[in-house]
Order: sequence, then C-alpha cells, then structure tokens
Amino acid sequence: MTPRFHRLNTMTTLFATVDGNEAAARIAHALSEVIAIYPITPASPMGEHSDAWSHLGRTNLWGVVPDVVEMQSEAGAAGAVHGSLQVGALTTTFTSSQGLLLMLPNMYKIAGELTSTVFHIAARTLATHALSIFGDHSDVMGARQTGFAMLASASVQEAQDLALVAHAATLRSRIPFLHFFDGFRTSHEVAKIAAIGDDVLKAMIDEDLIAQHRLRALSPHRPVLRGSAQDPDVFFQAREAINPYYSAVPSIVQAEMDQYAQLTGRGYHLFDYVGHPEAERVVVLMGSGVGATSEAVERLVAKGERVGMVIVRLYRPFDSDAFRAILPATTRAVAVLDRTKEPGAVGEPLYLDVVAALFEGDRPSPHVIGGRYGLSSKEFTPAMASAVLAELDRESPKRHFTVGINDDVTHASLDYSSDGWDEPEEMIRAVFFGLGSDGTVGANRASVKIIGDRTDLHAQGYFVYDSKKSGSRTISHLRFGPQPITSTYLIGPGQATFVACHQFHLLNDVDVLELASPGATFLLNSPYDSTEAWEHLPNWIQRGIVDKALDFWVVDATRIAAEAGLGGRINTVLQTCFFALSKIMPRDEALAAITEEVQRAYGKRGDVVVRRNLEAINSTLDGLQQVAIPAAAVIGVTSPGEFLESRLALAPDFVQRVTGMMLAGKGNLLPVSAMPVDGTFPTGTAQWEKRSIGTEIPFWDPSICIDCARCALVCPHAAIRFKVFDPEALQGAPDGFVSKEASGTEFVGKFLTVQVAPDDCTGCGVCVDVCPARSKEEIRHKAIDMVAKDDQLERERANFDFFLTIPDPPRHEVRLDTVKGSQMIEPLFEFSGACAGCGETPYLKLLSQQFGDRVIVANATGCSSIYGGNLPTTPWTVDETGRGPAWANSLFEDNAEFGLGMRLGLEAMEADARLLVTALLPELGQLGVEILEADQTEELGIADQRQRVESLRKQLAGIEGLLARRLEGVADALVRTSVWIVGGDGWAYDIGFGGLDHVLASGRDINILVLDTEVYSNTGGQASKATPRAAVAKFASGGKSTAKKDLGQIAMAYGNVYVAQVAMGANMTQTVKAFAEAEAHRGVSLILAYSPCIAHGIEMSTQMSHQKEAAASGYWPLFRYDPAFEAQGQPGLRLDSRKPTIRFKDFAEKEGRFAMLARANPERSSELMTSAQKDIDDRWNLYEQLVEVHRTAEYTELEDR
Amino acid sequence: MTVDLRTNYLGMTLAHPIVPSASPITADIDHLLRLEEAGASAVVLPSLFEEQVEHEAMAVHMGLEWAKDSFAEAADGYLPDLDDYNAGPARYLELIRAAKNELKVPVIASLNGTTTGGWALYAKILADEGIDALELNIYLIAADPTLTGDQVEHQYLSLVELVRRTVEVPLAVKVGPFFSSMANMATRLISAGADGLVIFNRFYQPDIDLNQLEVVPNLILSTPAELRLVLRWIAILHGRIVGSLAATTGVAGAEEAAKLVLAGADVTMMASSLLRHGPERLRETVEGLATWLEDKGYQSLEQAKGSVSQAAVADPSAFERANYMRTLMSYSPQW
Repeated sequence: MTPRFHRLNTMTTLFATVDGNEAAARIAHALSEVIAIYPITPASPMGEHSDAWSHLGRTNLWGVVPDVVEMQSEAGAAGAVHGSLQVGALTTTFTSSQGLLLMLPNMYKIAGELTSTVFHIAARTLATHALSIFGDHSDVMGARQTGFAMLASASVQEAQDLALVAHAATLRSRIPFLHFFDGFRTSHEVAKIAAIGDDVLKAMIDEDLIAQHRLRALSPHRPVLRGSAQDPDVFFQAREAINPYYSAVPSIVQAEMDQYAQLTGRGYHLFDYVGHPEAERVVVLMGSGVGATSEAVERLVAKGERVGMVIVRLYRPFDSDAFRAILPATTRAVAVLDRTKEPGAVGEPLYLDVVAALFEGDRPSPHVIGGRYGLSSKEFTPAMASAVLAELDRESPKRHFTVGINDDVTHASLDYSSDGWDEPEEMIRAVFFGLGSDGTVGANRASVKIIGDRTDLHAQGYFVYDSKKSGSRTISHLRFGPQPITSTYLIGPGQATFVACHQFHLLNDVDVLELASPGATFLLNSPYDSTEAWEHLPNWIQRGIVDKALDFWVVDATRIAAEAGLGGRINTVLQTCFFALSKIMPRDEALAAITEEVQRAYGKRGDVVVRRNLEAINSTLDGLQQVAIPAAAVIGVTSPGEFLESRLALAPDFVQRVTGMMLAGKGNLLPVSAMPVDGTFPTGTAQWEKRSIGTEIPFWDPSICIDCARCALVCPHAAIRFKVFDPEALQGAPDGFVSKEASGTEFVGKFLTVQVAPDDCTGCGVCVDVCPARSKEEIRHKAIDMVAKDDQLERERANFDFFLTIPDPPRHEVRLDTVKGSQMIEPLFEFSGACAGCGETPYLKLLSQQFGDRVIVANATGCSSIYGGNLPTTPWTVDETGRGPAWANSLFEDNAEFGLGMRLGLEAMEADARLLVTALLPELGQLGVEILEADQTEELGIADQRQRVESLRKQLAGIEGLLARRLEGVADALVRTSVWIVGGDGWAYDIGFGGLDHVLASGRDINILVLDTEVYSNTGGQASKATPRAAVAKFASGGKSTAKKDLGQIAMAYGNVYVAQVAMGANMTQTVKAFAEAEAHRGVSLILAYSPCIAHGIEMSTQMSHQKEAAASGYWPLFRYDPAFEAQGQPGLRLDSRKPTIRFKDFAEKEGRFAMLARANPERSSELMTSAQKDIDDRWNLYEQLVEVHRTAEYTELEDR
Repeated sequence: MTVDLRTNYLGMTLAHPIVPSASPITADIDHLLRLEEAGASAVVLPSLFEEQVEHEAMAVHMGLEWAKDSFAEAADGYLPDLDDYNAGPARYLELIRAAKNELKVPVIASLNGTTTGGWALYAKILADEGIDALELNIYLIAADPTLTGDQVEHQYLSLVELVRRTVEVPLAVKVGPFFSSMANMATRLISAGADGLVIFNRFYQPDIDLNQLEVVPNLILSTPAELRLVLRWIAILHGRIVGSLAATTGVAGAEEAAKLVLAGADVTMMASSLLRHGPERLRETVEGLATWLEDKGYQSLEQAKGSVSQAAVADPSAFERANYMRTLMSYSPQW
C-alpha cells in the first residue's frame, strides 16, 4: 500500500484522488504517535492504511513512525487510547457503529479528564432489528452525550480538511473530538481533492499546545492522581467545573477553521449556509446528504424559489447563537433532516437541537419540522431534498416525516418524483456492471485516479456490491465534470452517458440499460464479434439499444486477457475501451496514462505482470468493434429474470411478495407494510434464489463411485447431495436420473444417488478434490468430474427436483456419527452465498445434518452471520416436517453469553414444564410419567419424546385451567434442544473471549463451534490472535511476530469441557465423530474447526486436501479431549493425528499469507518461520506428554489428604 | 613435489578442476562461503528459471488481485499489499552480488529460459551484474510429434547465437545427451558462440506415486554409475571441439574426477556428492586428485588431461559401440 500523497514543501495545491478513509487517515497518521485499532466496516481501511504506512516507515509530522497497535476489541482500543493519552502521547483511533458503542465508557472518561484526542468515525448504522454495514448517524448520535465535541464532514475533501481542524482544535480546547463522515458514501467514495502538505499541518498544530498536553500527563516526576472516586459532596460541582472549556470550543473551532482557510483557501464555519439570501424555507442537515441537498437548493433558487440549506459542521457543542445567526432572517419554515432514528423521542436529535436553539432565540421561531432520511445508506437524492422543501410550503406540513421510502403504515413518508431532476449535461456519467473477481471495480478506481490526477476534470467513483461473497455483482458509478462533484447519490435511471457490461451473462438477469441515457455509449464484453453479437442479445437489451439509440460496441476482453496470460482479469482491457470510447482524454494521452498506471500499480510485482497487462492493452483497440444495429431488428417482449420468476411462483407467499422483490433488485420499492416489524424472517429461502453462478458443475459416474459420501460432506454449498433409498422410490424418475446399487451389508437391496443442484453449485470443485474413486483406465477421471454446466443444466434441474422428492431415512435409523450416515440426512443449511470453496460452511452443513431439527444457533457477527443471515435469503432451512435450525445473531462481542442465555432460558422453561407435567399427572397419566422419565440420549429417544409432546398438546387441549395453558407455552422445552454457539476466531480468540471463557466455565449443556480461519475474514483479512506466526495479514503487514493462541489448551484446563480440534479435510471421520461427541456431552463442548479461507491465499478448490498437510506438519494437530475418558480412568486427551511427518515450511510455502512475506522480506520470513516451526515442535512435545496424563486423582489419594 | 592442478575453463584459469555445479548447495551465500573454504576453484550458482520467475510474479499478482472488490467489507482484497516483492530476478541478483562481494573465486551464473526474449533479457541482466561466466542450462523436452530433430537442434543453436550476440561474458552451454549426433551438435554449439560445453544435464524426471496414483517430480541424486556416459563423451569430444569441456553427473570423489581428467575434462563438477557429504567432500576430492596424479608421477593436471581420450588411446573404438557389446557379453546373470 504505497502512500499516494507526496509531502509538500510549499503551500501550493496538490490534488490527490483518494477515498474518505484515506483522506482522514493520512491526517490522523501524520499527527499521532500511538494509534490503537480494531477492524470494523467501513472504518477498517483507516487502520489498514495506518498499519501499512507505519510498516513502511512512514513518519508522523515529527519524524517518528507512529506505533499502530491492534487491540482485541474497540473497547480495548479505547482503553489503550485512554492510557496512551494519560502519559501524554498524541493518540488516535478509528471506528464505526457498534465499535463506537464499545468505546463509550472510555469516551466519558477521556472527555471528563479534558484530554485532547480525535476519534475518526466512518458513521454506520447500529444493529437493531438487523445489522447493516452501511452508513447513517445512529452510531455517532449514540455518542453525543459523552462530552466529545463532534465535527461532521460531508465529503471526501472535508474528511481531510475537518480532520485537521479537529486535531488542531482538540489541542487548543482540551475537549476530545469525534470527527465523523458517512460510512461508504464518503468513506469509500473515491474523489479528487485538494490535498494538503506538511507545511499546512505544521502551521495548524501549535507546538506549545502539545507541550502543555505532555505537561498534563501522568509522570512520576510530577505525580498526580486522576480518576478519583467522588461522593455527593463534590461530584456535582466538579462536573460543572468543566463548563468554560465547552463554552470555548465553538470559537476555538471557528478560529482553527479560519486559520485553515488562510492557509488553503478553503473556508468552513460552524454552520454554513447555501441558498437564497432571503430564503423562506430552509433545510438543516449534516453529512453527505449535503451534496444532494445543495444541488436541489441551487436548482430551485435558479427557478426563483426562496430556499436554502444550513450545513451543520460542529454538532457538539451546539452553538445556538451561531446557528440562529446563519439562518436568514426571512426564514419562515425549517425542515431538519436526521440520518438516524430515535424511537419514542419527540424528534430526532438534530431536530430537537434546532427547535431548542430557535426557541432560545430573541425572535419568534420559524415553523420547524423534522424528518428521517438515508438510514443504512438509503439513497438520498436532490428529488428527495426538493420534496422536503416542498413539504415546507404546504399549509400543514407533516411535523415528523420520512423521505426516500414508502411508509404505507404510518404514512409518515413524503412523496417525491425524480422527474425533472436530470443531471447536468456537461458531466460524464458512467456505470459499469461486473463481477467481484474480474477487476472491474479496481479498474474504475484507477480510471478515476487517472482522470482526477491528469486532467482538470473533477472525478468521483462510488462502488456498489451485492451481499454475496461468491459470484457477487458490482456496479461502479463514475462521474467526471468540470465542476466539483457534489452528487452524493447513485447515477439514476436514464442518466448514464456510458454503460459497460463486463460480463455477458449478466445481460440475462439484469436490465443493464435501464441507467443509460438516450444516445449513450454501450460497451459489452462479448464472446461474439460485431457481426454476431446482436443476435445473441436478450431481447430487452436489443430493445434498450434501439429505443435509446445507443452507440453499441463490443470487445472480447476475456479472450484478449487470456491470450495475454492474465486469466480472467479483464480490467485493463475494458479500462482501455472506456478511455477510447468516452473521449475524456485524447486517446494517446489516455493510453500513456493507463500504461503508467499499470507500471505504478503493478511494477513492484514484477516485469512480467506489467508486460502482460501492457500486451493486453496494446491488443485491445484492434478488438474493439462498433456494432451496426440491424435495420429491421425483430425484438421480442421477454424481460430479465424470467427463470427466477418461474421458480418463485412455487414459493411461499412471503417469499414471492418480499424476498422475490429483493432478489429481483427491487427491494427499494417495498413499502413499510411489507416488512416484518421485528426483524423476524422465514428460513428456507436460499433455495429460491437459483443464482446459477457456476460455469462448471460436478458430473457423477456411478460406475466407479465407491459410495463414500465425501463429496456431499465437503460441499460448502450443499449443492451435491447423497441419498440411499429403496428402488421403489425411483418410480416416476426423469429419464436422465442416475442411481446405482448401494454397497455395504447394511444397504443390501438399496439404491443410491449422488445428485448435483445445478443452479446452486458455485463450481468450486472441492467435491472433485476429495473424491477418492478414480477410473482404472484413465487416472484423471474420477467418480465426480467437473463439466461444463450448460450441457447438463436442463437434465440436472429435473433430476434435482426429483431427487428432493425421494424420502430421507429417519434420523434414528442412520449412524449420524459416521461420514456416510451423516450425509444420508438432508442438510438444513444449503446454498449459502459464502465464497466458492468456503472452509467454514461444510461444518455448519454437517451440524445441520446431525442435529438440525433440534438446533438453536447463536451466531457471532462475521462471515457466518453474513452468509447465514444477510438478506435477501438465508441458507438455514427446514425439513419436511417444518423443523430446522432456529438462528439469531446478537452482536460480535457477546455471542457466547447470548448462546448461554438461550440455554438458561431453555432450562428454565424445561424446569417449568416438568413442574407443570408433574402437577398435571392426574390428568396426563402414563404419558406424563413417560415424558418425565424419557431418555433423550439417542435420536430415537428424542423422536419418541417429540411424539409424546405432540400427544401432550392434544391432551392439553382438553384440559381446563391455567396450568394446562401454561404448559402449552413451554411444552416444547421438554424435547431436547441443542444449543450451538457459532462464530469465527475474531470473536472466539479476541473480542468475545471474555464471554467465551465464562461460558466454558459455566458447566452448562452448550456446544461451541469456532470456525477458525485464523483471520478476521469478513472485514477483509485483519490479524486476530488466531493468526499464526509468520503469516501476513492486514494489521500485520510485516508478518505476525507472535504465536497463535492455543485456545484448545485453555479450554482443556477446565477439565470438564469437551474439546476437539478438527480439520475436515485432514480427517473426515474424526470431524464427524467429534461433532457427535460434542453434542452428546452434557456440559460445555468446544470444537475448533480449521477453516481454510481465501484470506490464506490458497487455491480453494484444493482446500480440503491441503488440510491434510496442515495436520501432517503438526500445524493443526487433531485431538479430542473428552471428560468422559477421564471418567473411565483414561487420560482425557487423545491425539487423532500422527507425529508430524512434514516440516511446517512444506505446508506454509503453498499459502500466499506465508509466501508473500517470504518474497517481500526473506530474512524476516525465515526468522519467523523458524520460530513457527518451534511453536509446532513445542506444542507437539507438550501434547505428547498430555496424552499420558490423568488429571483425575485417585480416590485414595484424595482420602489420604 | 606438488602437482600443478591449474586448469583453464572458458578462458579462466582455475586453481584446480573441482567446481560445485548448479544445485541447492550453491543457493545461498553461507553455503558458497563454506564451499570456497573447502577449496572450490569456482562456483556455479543455481539456475535462474525464467518460467519460475514469471510464474511467481503472476502468482503474487493474482493472489493480491483475486477476490479483491468481491465484497463490500473486503474491497481491498484479503492480503495486505506489501511494498516490495523482490519480483523478477531480484533475489537471484542479490545472490550474485553477495557471491561477487564475498568470494574470491570466479562466479558462474546459470540461466534457464522459456522464451526467446527471456533468454536474451535475463542473460543481459545477469551479465550486467558482473558474473565471471554464464552457463546456459538448456532444457527442451521435444514432446511435440510434429517437431523434427532438425528443428530442435535449430532451437538450441539459435538460443546460443542470440545470447552470444547479447552478452560478452564467457559462455558455457549445458545440454543433455539426447541428440542423434552428439559430436556434431557439440561442434555446432561451439560454432554458435559457446566457449565450452557442460555435459550432461540431468533433467528433472517425473515419477509415479503408487499410493496416490499421481505423477510427482522426483530428483534422485546421481551415483558414480552414471559417470560412464559422461566419461565416454568427454573422451570423444576432447580435442575435437574448440572449447572447454566440463563434466557433470556421477562425480562422487577423486577417482571419478581423475577418470574424467584423463578423458579430457577441463572441469569436473560436483553436486550430489556435496549434497550427501557436505562441502568437505570437495576438499577431499581435490586432495585425492592431487595425490593420485602425484602417485602416478604427473607433474601437472594439463599433462594428464585428455591422455586417455579417444584421440589418445590405442583403441579408439573402445569408447564406441564395440565396447558396449563386449560389456554385455561379459556380464553374467546372477540368477
């Protein structure tokens, strides 16, 4: 990560094209000595930049490399910041959302102690009825009572400028600052900004104030006591003693802003006003919505309307005088827009502040209304801002409203129309449809940078991703124009002057031309040339081209990239086409710029990387062809998504009405009434999605299959199924349905089928990797091979539909603790959007097969909560009886406690139920006795108890009285429920460890599954305490220097906890057995499951076989510690893997996370690898001794004592 | 009396003919220093493989780019982009620099190219680092049934001509024995610009894992039994080509070295034996060679060199087919 800013020696303007996170981080890094960080979207890049810069030796303003330290949580980061500040170091941190909430206790302390610091916040939605990674002000509004000053930036430029103002003002005022900007919309928007150099920083930061900051610090040379406990006699007065400092803040901030204006020419005020000088209607808001609102105001003023906007910059302390002063005296009505929701309040916070400020003024207050907008990055456009201003003109405007949605329940929303809000003609607006893996977004970032850095044009890039991790679609929105770009919203329908579709198959599902303006250019990456392309287009695309008279071009970028040796990376080819067609720059200049950008970006990766990209660029223009539209084009009338619609027609009502709209990309059109009021959604919805993203799918050859079921076990997407059945079940099978006689004495006379779900397979190839059955004649042919999907699709669709109708065997008739037996049961976790080849999901699928009809899952935030619960669908599903896993996500940090609470509740209800059954025994008779005495250690016993409870319900219906009614409410608790606490290593090793430890100590019947990817996978690969020594990760870009924490050993220390360390690919039998044992253990069980991840830099199709090497090297030893063994007089620990047979290096060198460091810094890598090998040797040495150890003392010894 | 062991190789005067060949044992500076301490008269660094250099660079690139921008929370990908990957031949060049700085003996680099441009490009890059000589490790498996023997030979010769035009450092060419007319080919390689030949290349050969039923790369260290092929061709070529001859493969110690010198080798290269026994084996070989020469009454290595070559022996056919047939006939089955 090379810094893109250059230090300046003069105060000349330097332009940089960066995103909001980088703009703010650069200031924070330059002005800090200690930076305590923890990953959270969308603030993580600020920490990543800081870590990378420090690793490269980049210094702060005083020539010192800031110490960037990752903590175990945001609470830990805040604590470390507090401590560092207390000894006088200049200290900062970055966070968002729930992370900010975890910092609140320290923030009160830091503010109460008048300590100078700045927290930079990418403002993000707080989780309520659902988690959202996107932006609004609910997090920062939750911090407004801490005593921190709050400064709001509305753009990337301001994220830099006001970051510096905040750092300067905190030193002068002693009040800590919370500097925030909108998550994603600003944090991730790439824009051209006027950068500032060290000269400006030096001029803004007063060295005397730093010296005073140091003097206030704790030091044994001048000892003081801080953090006393106070009694009623003085606390109140002491709290009030701080007041003068808050009173001084507004003037200090304004003075710093004025100083900054002198240095840079960019002036800011506590409140800024835009609009008619004699405005009658005024909107008040802060954050990125300012951009859209300013455009609306300017257009309306130009039309003669007397409207305006007040931009709030310093939100806390709120300077009422300054606010009233900025408001035109002519103002008769004010609308305050809050990007947050405070249920039950009279109004949202900014509204209440404005009302109070106006009330406290000398003249009568204008009429004030307040509304909510933009929650979770909901679009906010000039049309919406205009609707707000129009509302103010109504005779009886809504006192409280929303804008941007259709609230058909409480009718609070304002109507708006986008008609007449076309964007200016002089601006180029380009949208690009691509896939996450094809480099489209990266190329567009580069294009924005090229144009921003090399032309006088202003440039903006914003990127939209879908919620899937595999086969995800991206849409890039780029704007270029002669004026600064304030449009903080997506390019809307009919507005794009350039549309590119980088994947031909997207045309089948998405109407990519909806956004095209008349006469726009349409570029398509097409395997068909200009003479053939037209006839292969879906007819809605043909119609769009004709109706909008588009200038249509094709290029076979996939072929050009492949021929240049770039695999599927089509980015540079299509970037070249964009420059050639958009004519933003002269073609030669553009090509030279792209070439330089390739050299800049890829040069350090090797000449061959540059050379191949340049070859691709040079071949591009020869392959770029204009398509002539046939004069008599015959165009049909079908529309995109017809296959999806045909499947949805079979789905439940909710899925059709609500989920289906989201799947079709029309979730924005859903009204409030369509949504569940409490965040509760049905499971079993991923089956309707049918994304069909795999280009290849498995093909089963029953003639060589050995019935092992490994393919089904390892499939990360439950897209390959295994079923054993009676031959009669084949009645009515489609012609192409394949089965074979099952082998094994227990299956005599039975048939089996291995079946692919063709539209749900991602084509990852993991099933092929593990298939042990090879052809005797041709070794490359296995019982499972990958083949092109298109040839198989229709047949396999019919086969899979039929396969699902074949009955599953009853659970109690199969051995659930065996690979084969577990795979005979239908998975109740299917078709997730996890990365293709994911290492985590096979464990969850297995869990769902073994115990799915009686499982409750407490899921920590992370990858598993995203592919498990990110709308529109969930992979958790139900069996034919409607039973299945019940799933909930609370938070990241509290998951162990959350799951324990579930168990506590279940136990309480079971106790209640047993009491009630006992009380009702006279009426219930033998059934009651059997219920109370039921043995539920085996599946059959559980099934019987379930039957009894159903009978109980029937009987209760005929029993009068409160006891029977109460028993009806808790009767389900009489059937054994399996509580599983699931999460990743970031949760288990770091942020949730305290809670996890408490649960381990609880002795309750709880199962804990840690999906250990050894890195914070969901937030993009930051190091956790599970990250091994010698691996690089974000926040450990120099290679992690400390050993991985041995969580298994910590848990074993309790003695009564079942602990298993498993790696499915290394030993499938051990994994399946461990899950069964863990669930059977009537106490706490902990499974540490090795979960290869794309963050490891490995080929995911071979991740399962790679796990063998993890075990063989001793890197991931397999073991089970079972207190039951101890009870039997045997040592509790059993090692399930053999003494290491290969060196750690042999395993590690196949992984990018280790290999990258070996390339970048061979000496350090070698040193760390040696230490890592020692870690392994030492641990194995210890474990070998532990397998001989009895922890249970002999009875006689106890007696002797 | 001390025997003068000096020999001329590629125009360089070496203290003696025992040189560690391109292998893992010459891959780092610590090993190189130990070899020099053990008396190596020159060192040949491991081959720089163009294909590997490019594969590694692309692997880094794809590793960083893959999965980038696939998900909103991981827009920058999953691995940090580091400042420097020592991409391309950087690490190899560092080895050359270290060897040139710290060793007193000549340093010979070795190159294995994949593309025509690559041979020239990397030859120049290596030469510019100040190496004393360059060994071209030509490894072509003519698996294409449409490729004729002529075409294969042309490829070899073109490469040598190209590199010769590109660099001026002494040039050795390391080849395998699989030519229809090895002697003719040897002569043409010298004509194309080689200053000497290194015979023979032991190609990495695939093996089959009977448990996994997979093809696996496998390199078995050489044994003295493999000396004979080299010995024959050194003997045949000595005096017939205008260039140096280095023998490699099967040189376990002084006995093999002495035979090769007698056959006409200017240099005898060792790898397997050093890997097995360590650098001290080199010293033992040099001392053993000197002792043997001395015991036999030779005053210098030059005196012995080629004295038992095909041109110098009474029965030249002894190095040709007749020898082979007699050997077969004299071999008594053990069963």
